[in-house]
Amino acid sequence: MTAMPKIELQGVTKTFGDNTVLKGIDLQVAAGESLVIIGTSGCGKSVTLKCLNGLITPDGGSIKIDGVEILGGGRAAMEGLRRRFGMTFQFGALFDSLPIWENVTFRLRQQRKLSKAAARDIAVATVTDLGLAPHVIDQYPAELSGGMQKRVALARAIADKPEILLFDEPTSGLDPITGGVIDRLIINAVQRLGATTVTISHDMASVRRIADKVAMVHNGVILWCGNVKDMDKSGVPEVHQFVHGLAEGPLTQIPANAQKGRK
Amino acid sequence: MLSFIQNIGRTALAFLSALGRLTLFSVIAVRWIFTPPYYWQQLLRQIIDIGYYSLPVVGLTTLFSGMVLALQSYTGFARFSAEDTVATVVVLSVTRELGPVLAGLMVAGRIGASMAAEIGTMRVTDQIDALDTLSTRPMQYLVAPRLLAGTLCLPFLVLIGDVIGVFGGYIVGVFRLGFNPAIYLSRTLQYLEVSDVTLGLIKAAVFGFLIALMGCYHGYHSGRGAEGVGRATTNAVVSASILILISNYLVTALFFGV
Repeated sequence: MTAMPKIELQGVTKTFGDNTVLKGIDLQVAAGESLVIIGTSGCGKSVTLKCLNGLITPDGGSIKIDGVEILGGGRAAMEGLRRRFGMTFQFGALFDSLPIWENVTFRLRQQRKLSKAAARDIAVATVTDLGLAPHVIDQYPAELSGGMQKRVALARAIADKPEILLFDEPTSGLDPITGGVIDRLIINAVQRLGATTVTISHDMASVRRIADKVAMVHNGVILWCGNVKDMDKSGVPEVHQFVHGLAEGPLTQIPANAQKGRK
Repeated sequence: MLSFIQNIGRTALAFLSALGRLTLFSVIAVRWIFTPPYYWQQLLRQIIDIGYYSLPVVGLTTLFSGMVLALQSYTGFARFSAEDTVATVVVLSVTRELGPVLAGLMVAGRIGASMAAEIGTMRVTDQIDALDTLSTRPMQYLVAPRLLAGTLCLPFLVLIGDVIGVFGGYIVGVFRLGFNPAIYLSRTLQYLEVSDVTLGLIKAAVFGFLIALMGCYHGYHSGRGAEGVGRATTNAVVSASILILISNYLVTALFFGV
């Protein structure tokens, strides 16, 4: 008997206008597992992630968390469910008008009506765990470097100790060293929380560090999904090309009909 | 011919669709104003931004409008020896019409643009999605306090603008046109009725709501990138200004004779 997956997507579809982005996504993530979704730009990775926490409503299919269907439950059910999620965005999405301590404890203050002093204490503890100086909590996002903003975004995502963490390109725009530091912080934080994570990344070094399992999305479906250790021997040409960053291959081939059109 | 009709149909459908979206947005936003939790800090911030920081621009606008009005009405009324009515014309024009409309247009330029730019930037940098993921409804957190603050602050701004505008007329009347100060003041108050002031304040509340609504709506539905935010800002100011002029007539017509 296999354990029930923490997250399960079956046949998830989504169309924007004439463009069908997701044509039937099937994925399973076990509790405590770290899944990284890879794929070329515009293939539907971000849409898949946003479907998971209700920022985008799929047109069809099923999404289950702990075996419970989350689609069709209405806004109230989705809001309740979101408390179990933490998420970081590609460019941080920190609130410009709030100081760091209010950013980090935003959900705690809104939901639990924490006092200012208690919130500041939590903010200091969370940011210092992530290697930032305590005085940072009184600064504003615009005053921080890209790497520091990523750490604050991570602090905001984990401050409420969520069960599921979603990371949208956590190392994009960072130098390799800072990227490596962010990966280590993610791994440590996730281990401490025992959280299940779904990450989108283009950074293959980062993928190898943080992933237990890798799924490649291509043309709106999961082209390949397996253990990160098997990624190099998947036998799928698209996966091979993407993982090794090759300019030539099936992902960059111009379709025959498009070539005719050019003539 | 067929394509001409198609274009008319397409434009009409697009207009009705936009109107429907705006109506739905307004209804949802107004509902959140009255639904807990209430974001007092956000409301206070908006009240300070709209009510306090708009005072100089509204004060200057109404001051010089009152001064110009006194000069112009004197020029006109002197032609049929009705100079005595200058004070009355100034106070009625400022309280019923110029105060609310000019304050509305100035605040539309200042606040409508800033709301659209701020919310639009939040949209394109995923901050609105982040609010959702942090279990906070963006409409309730961002839009409802702005609508309430706009509706509450504009009447106060207009009331102060009315006083400053009438004072502008007084300065010109007394120091430039040679009116006796006591007589000018008495003429100012003689024909002024409470309904003149309240009509102006009702208009101001409507304008305040429309300015905030346009700022929030266009910001919330901003397109991607700097160009999208820029377009949202322009649309917010233009649509708020047009709606102020249209609703000014509608409110005046509604209370005509009062």
